[in-house]
Amino acid sequence: MIQELTTTRHNELIDPVLHIWGWQIPVYLFLGGLVAGIMVISGYLVLKGQYKKNVFSCFYLPQISLILLSAGMLALFLDLEHKLFVWRLYTTFKIASPMSWGAWILVIIYPVLLLNTLIRIPVRFQNVIPPFDRLSAFINKHPLLIKNIGIANMLMGTLLGMYTGVLLSSLGARPLWNSAMLWMLFLVSGLSSAAAFVHLITDDTYERELLAKADNAFLTLELFVFGGFISGLLTSSRVHIQAIRLLLDGSYAAYFWVFVIGMGVVIPLSIQLLAVNHKIKHSPVAPMLVIAGGLILRFVIVFAGQESHWTSGWIR
Amino acid sequence: MARFGMVIDSAKCVGCMDCVVACKTENGVPEGFNRDWIEYEVQGKYPSLHMEIRSERCNHCNNPPCVYCCPTGASHVHDLGGVVLITHNVCIGCKACIASCPYDARFIHSDGYADKCTFCIHRVEKGLDPACVSVCPTRCMSFGDLEDPNSEVTRLLQSRNHHALMPEAGTKPCILYLV
Repeated sequence: MIQELTTTRHNELIDPVLHIWGWQIPVYLFLGGLVAGIMVISGYLVLKGQYKKNVFSCFYLPQISLILLSAGMLALFLDLEHKLFVWRLYTTFKIASPMSWGAWILVIIYPVLLLNTLIRIPVRFQNVIPPFDRLSAFINKHPLLIKNIGIANMLMGTLLGMYTGVLLSSLGARPLWNSAMLWMLFLVSGLSSAAAFVHLITDDTYERELLAKADNAFLTLELFVFGGFISGLLTSSRVHIQAIRLLLDGSYAAYFWVFVIGMGVVIPLSIQLLAVNHKIKHSPVAPMLVIAGGLILRFVIVFAGQESHWTSGWIR
Repeated sequence: MARFGMVIDSAKCVGCMDCVVACKTENGVPEGFNRDWIEYEVQGKYPSLHMEIRSERCNHCNNPPCVYCCPTGASHVHDLGGVVLITHNVCIGCKACIASCPYDARFIHSDGYADKCTFCIHRVEKGLDPACVSVCPTRCMSFGDLEDPNSEVTRLLQSRNHHALMPEAGTKPCILYLV
């Protein structure tokens, strides 16, 4: 039985296999997820009162997030083909468009991160921008406001993490992305990457220990979400089965099993389980693997997703 | 309200590509890109093979995912006949519409915006057929109002078996192929 499609179309970036999105979108999705996770963690640490002990979680983490988020948005901007018209994103709000939601969520995230940095300004940065010092003093007079900033960070971080997955899963023409588990996968992956990132750079023993444990929980949860993502597509229609097989035994299988599952989840989880049980010392190896795994996951999903198609069972 | 669509008799289409050339000429489509194209679909087991030759383009769907995902409203449904169009100076070139189209009908124009078939709306507004329809030497293509019970396209659909492309994608395409 033959099923063959021959086309005279040869549009750049479309044929023979869709490749409209290069490195920029995976990097943007990764940095967005990482910042989302950092916001959730930072918000949680604010709620726990960690800002009273050190300035890392309430000042440096959101500062780093601002830089990472801006780098992600730069990557997104570089991907746009009609760059001079980027301002058009902010002349409207399209309720059915996840990208429009994302553009506006990002606008809200910047002030939320900025407020987080003002909970406690380190001595060396005080009086650099006087209005910020006055705002910081005002925030510190209202402990309830500090809690609300923590909650706002956790909420906006969760929204941002979800958005990075919804952005792809709403594009139903690409069967690999057409999964309701994708937002959960990107959110959990963002949280695990962020936990690994904070684990890697914090000098506070409590935070390092806490985030190593949290990362183990996120990585374990990520394995279950991967299970749901894979089984959901495997039990769906023919095109969805063919799409997920790109990862399971197709052209992206090596990257998926070796770099995403093996080096990105299983190996660091094993190392960190030993570390939190005091069998081995904490090392930067596990968190670095988690972060690299999170980045490679976005590349694999974005690239393989573009390869998946409703006619993928056909010879083209 | 009018709903423009196209009915193409795949039994008459010989894949001569006149429609492709007419479209490129009429719309100034840049070199290396196509708003419409010919697709040859072969199915079966030798020697019992069946071939369908189709002139394909944007399906101007009733349920257009490209319009829903557009963050700026550049992709929109035109008041005249529900034709799906792109406002070039509103498009940011994010390519979400390209990713959302199961027919891969869109591409990035060399000037940076997303581009695709417009059903030659500038001709249709003057009461003319789209360029591709007007040049077809076998008269296999018909354009008209799918909502009008007296239009040629409706009569053709009532008289012959027909199919749409990838109906399982749920986009409700407005280009239908007679078999």
